[in-house]
Amino acid sequence: MKPGTVERYNVSERRNHWFTALCFILLALSGLALFHPSLFWLTNLFGGGPWTRILHPFIGVVMFLSFAGLAVRFWHHNAMTDNDKKWLSQWRDVMQNRDDKLPEVGRYNGGQKLLFWVMVACMALLLLTGIVIWQPYFTPSSPVTLARIAVLLHALAAFVLILGIIVHVYAAIWVKGSVGAMTRGYVAKVWAKKHHPAWYREVTGGRQ
Amino acid sequence: MPLQSLDIARRSATTTPAPSVRQSLEVAKLIDISKCIGCKACQAACMEWNDLRDIVDETHGVYDNPRDLSDKSWTVMRFYEVEPQGKLEWLIRKDGCMHCADPGCLKACPSPGAIVQYANGIVDFHEENCIGCGYCVTGCPFNIPRISKQDSKAYKCTLCSDRVSVGLEPACVKSCPTGAIVFGSKEDMVHHAEERIADLKGRGYQNAGLYDPPGVGGTHVMYVMQHADQPWLYGLPKDPKISPLVSLWKGVGKPLALLALGLAAVGSFFHYLKVGPNEVEEGKEEKAS
Repeated sequence: MKPGTVERYNVSERRNHWFTALCFILLALSGLALFHPSLFWLTNLFGGGPWTRILHPFIGVVMFLSFAGLAVRFWHHNAMTDNDKKWLSQWRDVMQNRDDKLPEVGRYNGGQKLLFWVMVACMALLLLTGIVIWQPYFTPSSPVTLARIAVLLHALAAFVLILGIIVHVYAAIWVKGSVGAMTRGYVAKVWAKKHHPAWYREVTGGRQ
Repeated sequence: MPLQSLDIARRSATTTPAPSVRQSLEVAKLIDISKCIGCKACQAACMEWNDLRDIVDETHGVYDNPRDLSDKSWTVMRFYEVEPQGKLEWLIRKDGCMHCADPGCLKACPSPGAIVQYANGIVDFHEENCIGCGYCVTGCPFNIPRISKQDSKAYKCTLCSDRVSVGLEPACVKSCPTGAIVFGSKEDMVHHAEERIADLKGRGYQNAGLYDPPGVGGTHVMYVMQHADQPWLYGLPKDPKISPLVSLWKGVGKPLALLALGLAAVGSFFHYLKVGPNEVEEGKEEKAS
């Protein structure tokens, strides 16, 4: 690690994150291919329509397990506090880069925590509804009304998840230094102090 | 495929109009339940013409055989013992695809051209385009399509589109010994049904009527029923329509969700253009380290 930096994610956390991200990309592409006719051509990336249908649920289970690893690792960092709610209510200040007006942030800010819980909910819903509509293994034994509900909720949860990931990716591009945290594993101390001051004090013991 | 591309009125997972300059006569199959004797000649004709042999199942102590539709049994006789007017009646209905004017299977299908509706009203599956997702099953209000365990493709009655395209009647119609199944233009079939209904009413079936449910835009397989006020006696829904869950998902849901995702991506970029990166101000670097 370079001087003037602190560790934010260790190598195992980074691998876990990027493996989940890879699964997500494959799932979003194959899922959107079957969601809207204008995107059906994306099935070509997976070897055609039937292969897309075959592969999607298996990748889905792998993503769920991989994400569960992330959830277990970061669970305890994501408890929503009153400060976080206040942070979220000041979303206009957040969007305008007016950091000085925002309440002090710990390891994660309110937006990151909200995204974490939205992802937990979406992943769980996607797994449960995905199993119901998993051809040819599980769907034949489920009542058709359940399959209708499942297929709608699956699309809805996937929509929310993809929307969440668009925000997640943009936030990483917007807040300079974030991508390095998840690729190299460390962040500049000044970065930590600016974006996550309470966490910075915690890891440095209050020393500069 | 037996009919030309000119004759395709609707195509699954296709958002632009199908070739539709040529007008075609709408056809229909009319099944007169009051004339059916349950001989299953139509079942035999169906498997013979389509060259399908379902597995020989065990007998279950009822006349229904096979018990249900399958990838290889596109039509089955369903037998109902009911007492609608205080006396026993044995109602026998030939079950199979209804060829809806507004087909739920086609609406739900994500694969372009796996399900088509011909200009004459026949709804056909093109299995070579089928991806085996089973969405057609969720779209169908009549529980008709079956996914094959053998090849994971969806199958159902084609209304003998291959025969109809060369001017023949469907195989089941040809085989029916009592004339309970007839085939022709939809207009003629509705007219023929009216005569049959008048006859049935004269015989004491006051509620005789035609089953051509408007909830799915009408169907190209219709039934003459002795008790049209109680279609559930024959195992049919009173007012079938595509499930609102499917309509929401495959109707407004699709374009709106895609639009929202596109707006989120473009909106993010536009935000960046206005606000710029959120970065640590220069000069703070040395102070902190």
